[in-house]
Amino acid sequence: MKKYLIIGNGAAAVGCIEGIRSVDKAGEITVISEEKRHVYSRPLISYYLEGKTDAERMKYRSDSFYDDNGCRVIYGAKAVSVDSSAKRVKLEDGTELSYDELCVAAGSRPFVPPFAGLDTVEKKFSFMTLDDALALEAAITKESRVLIVGAGLIGLKCAEGIYGRVGSITVCDLADRVLSSILDADCAAVVQKRLEEAGISFMLGDTAERFDGDTAYMKSGKSVEFDVLVLAVGVRANTELVKNAGGEVNRGIVVNEKMETSLPHITAAGDCAEGFDASIGANRVLAILPNAYMQGHVAGVNIAGGSADLGSAIPMNSIGFFGYHIMTAGAYEGEMLEERSDETVKRFFVKDGLLRGYILLGETERAGIYTALIREKTPLDTIDFELTKKVASNAIFSREIRRKKFGGVV
Amino acid sequence: MKRVYVNEEWCLGCHLCEYNCAFANSGMKDMAFALKDKKIFPRIHVEDGDKITFAVSCRHCTDPNCVKSCIAGAISKQDGVVKIDRSKCVGCLTCVLVCPYGALAPGENGTMQKCELCLENSCGEPACVTGCPNKAIVYEERGAAE
Ligand SMILES: Cc1cc2nc3c(=O)[nH]c(=O)nc-3n(C[C@H](O)[C@H](O)[C@H](O)COP(=O)(O)OP(=O)(O)OC[C@H]3O[C@@H](n4cnc5c(N)ncnc54)[C@H](O)[C@@H]3O)c2cc1C
Ligand code: SF4
Ligand code: SF4
Repeated sequence: MKKYLIIGNGAAAVGCIEGIRSVDKAGEITVISEEKRHVYSRPLISYYLEGKTDAERMKYRSDSFYDDNGCRVIYGAKAVSVDSSAKRVKLEDGTELSYDELCVAAGSRPFVPPFAGLDTVEKKFSFMTLDDALALEAAITKESRVLIVGAGLIGLKCAEGIYGRVGSITVCDLADRVLSSILDADCAAVVQKRLEEAGISFMLGDTAERFDGDTAYMKSGKSVEFDVLVLAVGVRANTELVKNAGGEVNRGIVVNEKMETSLPHITAAGDCAEGFDASIGANRVLAILPNAYMQGHVAGVNIAGGSADLGSAIPMNSIGFFGYHIMTAGAYEGEMLEERSDETVKRFFVKDGLLRGYILLGETERAGIYTALIREKTPLDTIDFELTKKVASNAIFSREIRRKKFGGVV
Repeated sequence: MKRVYVNEEWCLGCHLCEYNCAFANSGMKDMAFALKDKKIFPRIHVEDGDKITFAVSCRHCTDPNCVKSCIAGAISKQDGVVKIDRSKCVGCLTCVLVCPYGALAPGENGTMQKCELCLENSCGEPACVTGCPNKAIVYEERGAAE
């Protein structure tokens, strides 16, 4: 009977467990979970603050998940080192666990730049875990002036989460626009305007350099007074376990299509791993939940003796603020084609007759049809692309293709 | 497993399936009362092409993108049927981003809806198919069982 060990207890770990069990019903699975919680949906922490969900409904899988899958979970335990030749993992308390197959699904951690005077700030938080969200919730009042450092996905989701529960929200970022990792300047301006209309203030192209108690001194020379500070500058992949064991790491743990690391019998999946991004043809960390689950699943199937590979992974995001939805996918290269109305923007990026990427603001119906055009590399001259730009529709395909999609098992 | 399949040549574009779907999932006994003067949120959508109309609903994919991608773990596959627990959904639309068929859309409260084959509502089999006047959608076994 094989012994599987999984480090981490997020979406990638769940994918790994379900992947293993799709092949091997009997092997022994042990999960090491630093967080002392049943697996929950990390992206839901802002929705929790908004009151759209609660700790019970945030559970990513049912209470009986581990029992149903015959897993032993060690809560509150941290793996500190891996010995790949002895096939053993050491925990912080000194316990050693042996494995036949190891999956590192350790996710990422907040990156906190070495700000001068940060230790003088009384109420400061990251926004990565449910515990972070609960601590932030306990610190805010209707009067709090909140400064969020970072106008990326996490910083802005945090802003939406606490909106209406605090006095004011200011968001600063060294980048000159919001959501700079997924939006171009024009689209970012559209989103920023909506957030400003809701009452959120921005200081872009500017960031905190130094803190003194409740004051942030900015790069521009301005200063901001606040009661609560949220640091959402960015995240770093947890690569150390594999790196110190002698495995190849870059920004993330380097993996192949089967999620194997450079070390034997060690796979990695999720935010800690750097897998192949088909949209740029190179390895990169794709820190999104769907990717974490899928990578975990692929790793699980393979270590259990089955065969799976990741196929065509691309960056993609669906994020909304105050009911205004944003979707992005692929790479923004090639010719840009735009459809615009007062409330909506759609940008398509076309190169070599293929859809390479898109940005959709405000109109996202059936967008998965666009995503599939990118992933499946559908030649645009085989579909009605003029219609496609206006609405995402299955009418763009030939009758033959439609017959396959809607008349067969897919 | 039985699924809903489309015979687009036969579709009249009458949208009756949308009404039957909304009614079957309304939990009400009277169709006029359930739907009259209300915006309906059906789980099947008639798409209008140039010279063609056809009804699209969830394909209950063998390897469903939506299940793997839902950030809340709200979508699952049970005995081949892809189901959604709407109480867990937060309306992030990630499932819409990944479904290649455009088969999910928000319902009246902003949480996602999708076809669950009417297996758990009062209809017991897909109401869209039962009510289609021209057999443009059928509910049958095709291809390999899972
Ligand atoms: C506020 C926020 C909003 C987000 N919104 C979205 C969104 O809308 N859509 C989307 O797709 N993605 C979103 N994401 C990203 C998404 O949450 C991640 O991509 C996903 O959770 C990654 O899953 P994972 O399993 O790889 O890692 P994680 O969920 O980070 O899980 C890793 C686990 O490993 C544990 N661990 C780490 N090191 C050790 C160790 N040494 N020993 C034992 N345990 C360890 C950690 O405690 C953690 O529980 C969001 C993230 C945040 C923070
Ligand atoms: S919602 Fe879409 S992806 Fe999910 S099972 Fe149905 S057709 Fe497949
Ligand atoms: S909209 Fe709801 S069902 Fe769809 S991915 Fe988000 S939480 Fe899941």
